[in-house]
Amino acid sequence: MAEFLVLPALLAYGEAAFAYAGELRGPGLAGRLATWGVRIGWLAQTALLVGQAASAEGFPWGTWAGSLNLFVWLIVGAYLIWGCTPRYRLLGLTVMPVAAVLLALAWAGGGTALADSERSGGVLAVHVALMLAGFAGLTLSAAMAALYLWQERRLKRHERRVLRVRVPPLDALDRLAARTVVGSLVLLTIGIGVGAARFESGDFDAAMAVTLAVLVTYASLLVLRREGWRGRRAALVNLAGFALVAVVLPLTHFAS
Amino acid sequence: MSSLTLVGVSHHRAPIELRERVALDLDACRALARRLAEQLEAEAVVLSTCNRTELYLAHEEASEEEAVAAITELAGDSADDLAVALYRLGDESAALHLFRVAAGLDSLVPGEGEILGQVRNAFEAGAPGPLLDHLFRQALHAGRRVRVETAIGQSPASVPAAAAALAQQVFGELSGRRVLLLGAGKMSEATARNLVSRGAEIAVVANRTIAHGAELARKLGAQALPLDAVAAELEHVDVVVSATGAAGLVVSEGTVADALRARKGRPLLLVDLAVPRDLDPAINELEGCFLYDVDDLRGVVEETLSGRRGEAVNAERVVAEEATRFRDWQAALDIVPTIASLRALAEEIRDSELARAGGRLSERERRNVESVTSQILAKLLHLPTIRMKEAAAAADGVVYADVVRHLFGLGEEERRR
Repeated sequence: MAEFLVLPALLAYGEAAFAYAGELRGPGLAGRLATWGVRIGWLAQTALLVGQAASAEGFPWGTWAGSLNLFVWLIVGAYLIWGCTPRYRLLGLTVMPVAAVLLALAWAGGGTALADSERSGGVLAVHVALMLAGFAGLTLSAAMAALYLWQERRLKRHERRVLRVRVPPLDALDRLAARTVVGSLVLLTIGIGVGAARFESGDFDAAMAVTLAVLVTYASLLVLRREGWRGRRAALVNLAGFALVAVVLPLTHFAS
Repeated sequence: MSSLTLVGVSHHRAPIELRERVALDLDACRALARRLAEQLEAEAVVLSTCNRTELYLAHEEASEEEAVAAITELAGDSADDLAVALYRLGDESAALHLFRVAAGLDSLVPGEGEILGQVRNAFEAGAPGPLLDHLFRQALHAGRRVRVETAIGQSPASVPAAAAALAQQVFGELSGRRVLLLGAGKMSEATARNLVSRGAEIAVVANRTIAHGAELARKLGAQALPLDAVAAELEHVDVVVSATGAAGLVVSEGTVADALRARKGRPLLLVDLAVPRDLDPAINELEGCFLYDVDDLRGVVEETLSGRRGEAVNAERVVAEEATRFRDWQAALDIVPTIASLRALAEEIRDSELARAGGRLSERERRNVESVTSQILAKLLHLPTIRMKEAAAAADGVVYADVVRHLFGLGEEERRR
């Protein structure tokens, strides 16, 4: 029964993605509908995850599709912390379409079903959860960077509608993206540390290499910010880092 | 029953020369309202802004001509022009007009917020009675609702306001943000005041004539500098507003590029309100710099104004709701005397019957009978009262009132006396 909860979650995320596009025409009903779509979808997905956890003996999100399911939940959860406030509402324009597509993929891959899972150690579960949470934070940060570049372009081009569409202020997007990166790097570092406990020589693979590249890229971003790499440059580095994040998730499951 | 009369002129039909003649300050509005109220034994409120002068009267008999005479007196030699521009509205249409005025829907710039305060001041300075008191309170409520429930007043409607809104789009909260003003003219000052009202700090005023700049700097709590000293300030400020009368460029791209190196990536918004322009257009190509000239800002304002006009549809809906509520309230006033008479008659009968039976009842029994009969009356009259109020709102309240008066013989006793 619980596995059918993916349908309301998917519908609500999809509705939110469309409604955020409507918010581009101006603040109003579309934005409120989008916000409720995110909330309802996330609650439905939370119930789904609880159902999966209750019915599984081991870690229920060990498959690529299961990881994707958990990953989407973490992204939307992180977005919910401040994204639904009127000031940051339009962030959903970049977050919710991604969330809806990824959840649909997870569903198609069987990651939302109540399936028996192999028993796995608690250390592995903590490692996976921390890594996914870190990557979810970086995804959210990349969404902010994308929104920054879009709004910066509109301001540079003197678009007449620049004040009609309520995008978060540039400076706030820049700072918030950097803070999210800091939080995500902390989670990733702890996650890597936990994973290292199970590490044996010879285990080093492409996914680990790319994960380290992600860590280095974002750490460099934070260092470069102190030297004045803010705004547009920081957003571009952020998106470059996210390109690595997009690679590391499939690598973990298909190339390891 | 009081009826409502509105007589006035506004920017729709009256040129500024005529509006100037009939314009009144708040004290004069107060004096005229009191005078009309005394002379006509009426309720009176006078609303006068740069766009309109309107007299609102509530009176038992038609008072339109007296109101026209009062405003014609103000027009003096321009009485003929006034006759062409004057509008006269009564009851429902007068109420709807005031609600639209309070909502900013009748303003030159749709949704402008200043009018709500002006309506409040006029109301407080006037001589309202029950009708105008209710009308103006509901108009203020309608104005507030429009501003809360629609986006009509959220976007800037002037070039200085657009400049300040752009600064918020770049920096978010402006508290603690430093502003450099180039030029000390009216445009600089208006933009500076808009930025200050949103929390920004005017750090420096630079002007060709240092004394003139110093005067504005003193008013804004800023430092005054000559124009050739601004290069060093670019490193420390967040917003530059320029409106000098210089014939050529005041700040070059190279000057800003030099300053950017020390800014460590902090964004810089530059607003050039001067014609010819003060700031090199190439500055906009520099990373982290956003340069807007007066044409760019006008484009933004035109777009936001068109948005306001679009939002006006929602605002009109709110105003129409409030106008309906007011009409219902006013209609219910027609039925109130009948309801009061009916209740008084019922109470009178109850009291006389209680008095007749009083001698045969103990004190406790009397209290019980009083309580029971009181409840019976309340329950019996509840539904007819509700139905009569509903009928009043549906415009056949007078018929209902007449029927009730006839059936219960209300007022016959008084007529016999």
